[in-house]
Amino acid sequence: MFPASFGYVAAHSVEEAVQLLTKHGEDAKLLAGGHSLIPAMKLRLASPRTLIDLATVPGLRGVRMDGNTLAIGALTVYADVASSELVQKHLPGLVDAASVIGDVQVRNRGTIGGSIAHADPGADFPVILTALNASFVLQPRSGSRTVAADDFFIDFYTTAMAANEVLTEIRVPLPMAGSGTAYVKLPHPASGYVVVSAGALITRQPSGSCALARVALGGLGSGPVRAVATETELQGKPLTPEVIAAAAARAAEETDPEGDTYASAEYKRHVAIVYTRRAIEAAVQRASAS
Amino acid sequence: MAAEIEFAAVPIKVTVNGVKHEAVVEPRTLLVYFLREHLNLTGAHVGCDTSQCGACTIQLNGRAVKSCTILAVQANEAEITTVEGLAREGVLHPVQEGFREKHGLQCGYCTPGMIMTAVSLLETNPNPTEEEIRHGLEGNLCRCTGYINIVESIRWAAEKMGGKNVSR
Repeated sequence: MFPASFGYVAAHSVEEAVQLLTKHGEDAKLLAGGHSLIPAMKLRLASPRTLIDLATVPGLRGVRMDGNTLAIGALTVYADVASSELVQKHLPGLVDAASVIGDVQVRNRGTIGGSIAHADPGADFPVILTALNASFVLQPRSGSRTVAADDFFIDFYTTAMAANEVLTEIRVPLPMAGSGTAYVKLPHPASGYVVVSAGALITRQPSGSCALARVALGGLGSGPVRAVATETELQGKPLTPEVIAAAAARAAEETDPEGDTYASAEYKRHVAIVYTRRAIEAAVQRASAS
Repeated sequence: MAAEIEFAAVPIKVTVNGVKHEAVVEPRTLLVYFLREHLNLTGAHVGCDTSQCGACTIQLNGRAVKSCTILAVQANEAEITTVEGLAREGVLHPVQEGFREKHGLQCGYCTPGMIMTAVSLLETNPNPTEEEIRHGLEGNLCRCTGYINIVESIRWAAEKMGGKNVSR
């Protein structure tokens, strides 16, 4: 299978990429690792006339500490997110997610920014990054702007990015002391994409009660969905197995997943409850160990 | 004519198995076809063509990747190793030897990809458990389902290499 013909331009700076996007308009696509875009082009689901390669732009890879924020370059591949000592130390939930995407070879090539910008409803990073209250740095023609994950994912494959913006960085605030993060996923057995997944950020007070809970779910909508009822239920309560189970039982409230040939809507809602409980339990365990 | 200019071919430079190549490729040329049809290196196979099966696995700058899901233009300035580049002066790489000794193949179609993934696995984890080998092969499918001997082949290679990282 070959993609339809297209023109290729290697960008050498973000500014150049923005200029090229502006020049070529809707017919152009940005190329990062290409592990969503190239398969779509081979199937002719996408046929951009111009590809603008970001891999040739220096400075878009790697993980660094910036004050109280972990800054991850948009072109950082999944394997490097998972093996980053900074991520392992501060955001084990992000390691959980980065380790279960695709397979070894895919993780050596696919990028965190590509996953975010593509916004596949079956992707892992949007879910955990929503739970972690991440934000995304976008560079338009002049200046830059930052959009919170909660406001970024609009619909299936649709984000708050404008057509001529480049996603340059993913910023994740370091969780407060006493926090734990976790991500669990039920993958489709053939594709490996999310059937249902849950990401959690839990902050425990020294007393053992819940100071903060952020829980996001994948597979239940067009993008990540916050489990607001679960978060509210946990707030201020002791993080006992009973309290966690009762809060997780409300995870699928106000969700309306679509059933498919593999999983019915009812099954997805049930799995969401079980996986929410597991994600919270794992996060609490890590909070206790930290 | 305008279309030809718009979709202009792109010059690339790659080093494959230690040999430098310069070529001019159509942007839509996939790396696996560049290797197979431009360089006549047919070791990387086209299996599923949808980044599932791993038969096209090669090393790009030292990492196992699926060459059916990479454009040749993305490999510009890269170092590539294919299965043809593993043996040195007629001496097989220990992983290749392991596949022969333990008969880690049936039809052989998946074998080059399996070997390239296994070589990368042993470079990062020189002494893997059976579970780690199986997990490491998650991106490679064997339609003959000959996984038991494939795992034994890689264990054999790890032992032959003495649990050492012999990155070459």
